[in-house]
Amino acid sequence: MLREAEIRTFVRGVTHYFETSTQQAASVGSPYLVMDGKPGAYDYTGIIGISGARRGIVYFTAPKGMLTVLLMRMQETDTSNENLMDLVGEVANTISGNARRDFGKQFSISVPTVVANDAEAVSAPHFRSFVIPINWRTHSAKLVVCLE
Amino acid sequence: MNAQVGLQAPLKLMIVDDSNIIRRRIERCQQIDRLQFVGAASNGREAVELFKRMQPDVVTMDLTMPEMDGIECVGQLVALNPKILILVVSALADKATAVEAIERGANGFLCKPFTDRQLNDALTELLAGV
Repeated sequence: MLREAEIRTFVRGVTHYFETSTQQAASVGSPYLVMDGKPGAYDYTGIIGISGARRGIVYFTAPKGMLTVLLMRMQETDTSNENLMDLVGEVANTISGNARRDFGKQFSISVPTVVANDAEAVSAPHFRSFVIPINWRTHSAKLVVCLE
Repeated sequence: MNAQVGLQAPLKLMIVDDSNIIRRRIERCQQIDRLQFVGAASNGREAVELFKRMQPDVVTMDLTMPEMDGIECVGQLVALNPKILILVVSALADKATAVEAIERGANGFLCKPFTDRQLNDALTELLAGV
């Protein structure tokens, strides 16, 4: 079960990612608990498996429009499906990797797995997940943290 | 340090990251005149092969990659050329990982996400005195 301080680690990771990568802050809504094992997903989802001291997954999920604008803000002109998939995995990887600043090396992260255009295929390994809503420009996304 | 490097000759840059976006971004945003991009690899195994062919002077190295991770790759590249300059560019933000990379032979560590300025500052620091 995640503690409040641990959730703040991921909130900080989200805000730091957007501020640094795009120079445009994202606002983060109040994290909430999903109890049915279905935290939901948008068009593209980057999933990081967590092992070691904690086990579960962290995923970042966002609509195509948001990822396209995010790429453009990063001066990337190629907004192909391949790059959108690459980006959503990289965001998930970066936020999860940054969490090791607080959680330490025993918070082991996998390379990203990406799911595109198949929200039903995205599921949590446990019933309880924390959802961190993210608003950036006019877009909404979310970070889902599901750890034992 | 060899004489060619001492005369401010171009330095060959290789970029290693499993993200195409990050590889392209580093290539596009680095503004060090002496650095000449010679190739990119998407995992450690590819990086070792490319390293043998291109003989780069400077490498940016991701850590979390498939096939062969960055820590292992740093060790293999340093074994091939102890003078190689390696800047680790990774999201893994814990001190133990940075220390391990340095102990394997990396020369600097830049945490993702990064700004263009942070990238160039890190590369400038990496090349200081070369």
